[in-house]
Amino acid sequence: MTQTAEFDCRKAFAETLIALARADERIVAVCNDSVGSSNLKEFEAAFPDRLVNVGIAEQNMVGVGAGLANAGLVPFVCSASPFLTGRAMEQVKVDAAYNGYHMVLCGMSPGMAYGELGPTHHSIEDLAWMRAIHDLTILVPADPFQTAEAVRWAAAAAGPVFMRVGRFKVPAVSRESEGFVVGRADELRQGSDVTLVATGTLVSRALRAAEELAAEGISARVINVSSLAPLDRACLIRAARETRGIVTAEEGVPQGGLGGAVAEVLAEAHPARMRILGVDAFAPTGDAAFLLDHFGLNAAGIARAARELAA
Amino acid sequence: MTPAALSEEARQVRRRILTTIRAAGLGHVGGDLSVTDILTTLFFSVLAIDPADPEKADRDRFILSKGHCAAALYTVLARRGFFAEEELDTFMQPLSRLNGHPNRRKVPGVEANTGPLGHGLPIAVGAAIGSGIRKLGFRAFCVLGDGELQEGSNWEAAMFAGHRKLSNLTAIVDRNGLQQGARTADTNDLSPLADKFTAFGWEVREVDGHDHAALLDVLSRPGDGKPVFVLARTVKGKGVSFIEDRVEWHHKVPSAGEVEAALKELA
Repeated sequence: MTQTAEFDCRKAFAETLIALARADERIVAVCNDSVGSSNLKEFEAAFPDRLVNVGIAEQNMVGVGAGLANAGLVPFVCSASPFLTGRAMEQVKVDAAYNGYHMVLCGMSPGMAYGELGPTHHSIEDLAWMRAIHDLTILVPADPFQTAEAVRWAAAAAGPVFMRVGRFKVPAVSRESEGFVVGRADELRQGSDVTLVATGTLVSRALRAAEELAAEGISARVINVSSLAPLDRACLIRAARETRGIVTAEEGVPQGGLGGAVAEVLAEAHPARMRILGVDAFAPTGDAAFLLDHFGLNAAGIARAARELAA
Repeated sequence: MTPAALSEEARQVRRRILTTIRAAGLGHVGGDLSVTDILTTLFFSVLAIDPADPEKADRDRFILSKGHCAAALYTVLARRGFFAEEELDTFMQPLSRLNGHPNRRKVPGVEANTGPLGHGLPIAVGAAIGSGIRKLGFRAFCVLGDGELQEGSNWEAAMFAGHRKLSNLTAIVDRNGLQQGARTADTNDLSPLADKFTAFGWEVREVDGHDHAALLDVLSRPGDGKPVFVLARTVKGKGVSFIEDRVEWHHKVPSAGEVEAALKELA
């Protein structure tokens, strides 16, 4: 197998944000002492007056973002995802979503990207927490192309957006010719026996699982859900109708995130056998790659679950 | 408006708050009457706002962080012309846009949805910074309850406003000394408030929160290289003798007889 290039999506995030900011002076960045980890150094150099670093204070960070939106600016509020979503949850609900402000909450280095730093720094609950909030668009770009497109879309949106910006390196997976459409899932691979639904870092792993399964004569469909809210219900229902079961895989808790979202749709519209793969415990010590393998969030783990459903 | 005219307007606002809460059967009468003079002074004499153009880019921003005192805010907004005064009769009725806590998406003149405490000041800080970035020159005002200052997010915002030297930001604390369950001094004492804000880099202006001339003076002047903290000494339930400074009137609803007696005092 040839070595494929892998990318830290924060680069695409930062480059796109700077390009947009050059054209639109309403765009500002807000962060919590995370100029480096949010990859905002170049933004700060280009627009020193348009970077608001509140220090280590996430509640104030989201509130300040809402105030900047109130003043007519378009804030990209950037913080390590566990602290943005966990520490400032009520501000996300009230200041961003309930107010309906156009602001973009950027959960940096989500999932288990901070590997050895442990569960305090893992953002595995963020998708479940954010999904509980009305009027919040939730995007989980799977590669640099989708990250750049998500930033462009969010900058032009009308309301609040939460997006994960990945640090763990991933290969390019998206079909750029298909574009990036919020509310539409991307069927990356056709298949008739079983469906693999993945998001973010797990998309490339689901594609590899499909290759393994194909070698065994199992035809696996692969769907990339980069728009968790709104969700492409039709695509999921079609997969439930046309294949024998659905495996979901995400770098997050198995309750309430992607798996929960898919299960909710299918339970009402077309009940299907499912396996929901995720991070099902507080992680032990290890780097992100180790931990993904530890929790079976790899091609082998996804293929194993798929075989059970295809049998 | 002159201080005398503001005083007369505040009397009318207080009367309307009492009848509104009585009709709704719900409300926070103590805090509403406590903050009435501050809101009246702001909306009728200080804020650069236009009820005919409530979204004007360079309008002054006002955020009522103690969102439970929505009845006072709605009354002032209605009397200032943001919506018809009769609509106050729908306060907290099913499907009314006048919810128990204000909603900017429904009510013109409301800048932020507040209710959970400790949210208004960070938003006002952001608006004040945004005014500078966009070179719009507007001021941002925020009214907080004193008990509310027990929420840590206020201190995050206070520290940052001092650091940024936001002279276009004015925070006013409605310092009535009571919170829902008891006196602030007996719950989690906030004193010395002036010293705390001074230490955080604010210019502190202490004032009688029911003296319109004094309020006009301290609220009209922006800060000089610092955010302004107006420590407004108030009486919870101000204007109605049997409600004043009594903890049980945080959200007790006056009976018909009590409203009648209160209106006589405010005649």
